[in-house]
Amino acid sequence: MNRTLTLSGVALIILALAPQIFPFLQFTLTIAIAKGFAALGVALLLRAGLISLGHAMYYAIGAYAAAFMAQKLGITDFAVIMIAATVISAFFGLVFGLFLVRYRAIFFAMLNLAVSMVIYSLASKLYGITGGTDGLRVAVPTIFGMELSKDAFDGVLYYVSIVLVVALGYLIHRYLKSPLGNALSAVHSNEVRLEYLGVSAWSSLLTAYTISAALAGVGGAIAALSIGHVLPEYAFWTESGHLVLTAVLGGIAGIAGPFLGSVFLELIHTIAVGFAAEAWNMIVGVALLVVIFFLPRGLFGLFERLSGQKATDGEPKL
Amino acid sequence: MSEVLLKAENLEVAFGGVKAADGVNLTIDKGEFVAIIGPNGSGKTTFLNLCTGYIRPVSGHVWLGDQEITRMAPRQIARRGIARAFQIPQLFTDHNVIENVMLAIASREGIWQAFTALDRPKYRAEAMELLELLNLGDYAETMAGTLPEGLRKLADVTVAMALRPQLLLLDEPTSGVSALERFPLMDTLMKAMKARGVTALFVEHDMEIVENYADRVVVWNAGTVMAEGTPAEVMKDPRVLENVVGIV
Repeated sequence: MNRTLTLSGVALIILALAPQIFPFLQFTLTIAIAKGFAALGVALLLRAGLISLGHAMYYAIGAYAAAFMAQKLGITDFAVIMIAATVISAFFGLVFGLFLVRYRAIFFAMLNLAVSMVIYSLASKLYGITGGTDGLRVAVPTIFGMELSKDAFDGVLYYVSIVLVVALGYLIHRYLKSPLGNALSAVHSNEVRLEYLGVSAWSSLLTAYTISAALAGVGGAIAALSIGHVLPEYAFWTESGHLVLTAVLGGIAGIAGPFLGSVFLELIHTIAVGFAAEAWNMIVGVALLVVIFFLPRGLFGLFERLSGQKATDGEPKL
Repeated sequence: MSEVLLKAENLEVAFGGVKAADGVNLTIDKGEFVAIIGPNGSGKTTFLNLCTGYIRPVSGHVWLGDQEITRMAPRQIARRGIARAFQIPQLFTDHNVIENVMLAIASREGIWQAFTALDRPKYRAEAMELLELLNLGDYAETMAGTLPEGLRKLADVTVAMALRPQLLLLDEPTSGVSALERFPLMDTLMKAMKARGVTALFVEHDMEIVENYADRVVVWNAGTVMAEGTPAEVMKDPRVLENVVGIV
């Protein structure tokens, strides 16, 4: 446990110092963290054996919520924007989840995809509200009334994002160890037994689905504030596929997995675009094959080996 | 005077043209160990499914004590005090044995605990006590999916008993268990159920088990109760000898 904490601390210090040494990495890592949150949401559902092929819609809802706050409602405070974007994403997750979590396997995956494409279409077509395919610009927010330059704000956003990784990561860790979190993985292994224990699988899944939507919303808000612009493409199905890929690549056995996967993919993307722009998808494909064949627990498996943790059969493998 | 714990009245259910329950009336008193015997397909397991809400009757009623449970979902019935162990043990195979039991304890205490650990001293102590009672103490940390069949059966019952049920339904507790293991397994189950004051209804094919462990036997045939009484009484009934014992 101590080695795990030490290794996690070292990883966070590297994350915190990286932009100081390589300033160009700040934007890449901010987006990696943003997508890491959304992938963590996807990973939660994977623990219950459910694959969502539409979770980018909550990432987009979080992003659009952040844009609306500033542009349509005149709310510019950073903290208010972040909280509102999270709550709005969670609300949509709760509403859509009411019927989506009744389904399993391919039906769950395809219905999520279908709903996400409806959201994508609405974002693309409702020009008056969403700006259509042009999207919406996101102004630099104020922080407790202080106006910052874009560069200064990006620095603050980056370090706040790291703090959020630690804080929300800890809360999700506690949730997964709790009876409610165990009920979530129990849905995967034996839903019948769970019902015969007096536990509603539907309620357990709806809770997880709402939390996962909130996490994706946090990521979307971070991305919107970092990029300064939101587009319907945030909700496109390929983005949802990317989130599943990130979660699988990183591993779902620990909170760090999706963030490891996201940082890995964003760094590969950044490097590949510079040196082999046309081969970026092939490089990602090869990386995924390597992980599947040699790291069945994802990149998190490497983290476990380094920290001396013993993987148990009871934890999800991916 | 004995207290009625479970009462089924005029239960009817059919699958296609086959009547699995055809006007079934049955009561189980508190503290009884009742066995259901009957040929394959006679509706024994269907009766357990009706009592636990897994299927709903076309007509008729089921009461647990003075509360009607006829159309409730399995989870609602479980919360009211009926637990079930299955013919094919139903365990959380990605969890170890003690986690299975602790999850059952947490379900009983209230699953809506999002930030307190499942593995806590109070739950662990209670789970360990129950596992010791069912001779599974040495397997507490073993993954549930890797247990041999006899131990899986016991673990399934342990999970059900962790709910502190008023009534425990056991579907063929000795099926899939070797001949040598049957009696020790039943001895362990009976000891645990008596220690916890659990009333039990079990479906069984093995007449030796029924004769040795049941207070009362209910004989099922074609969706109806053909006969009932003590094991000795039932085994003398010519209809039972002709229709059931000759078949089972």
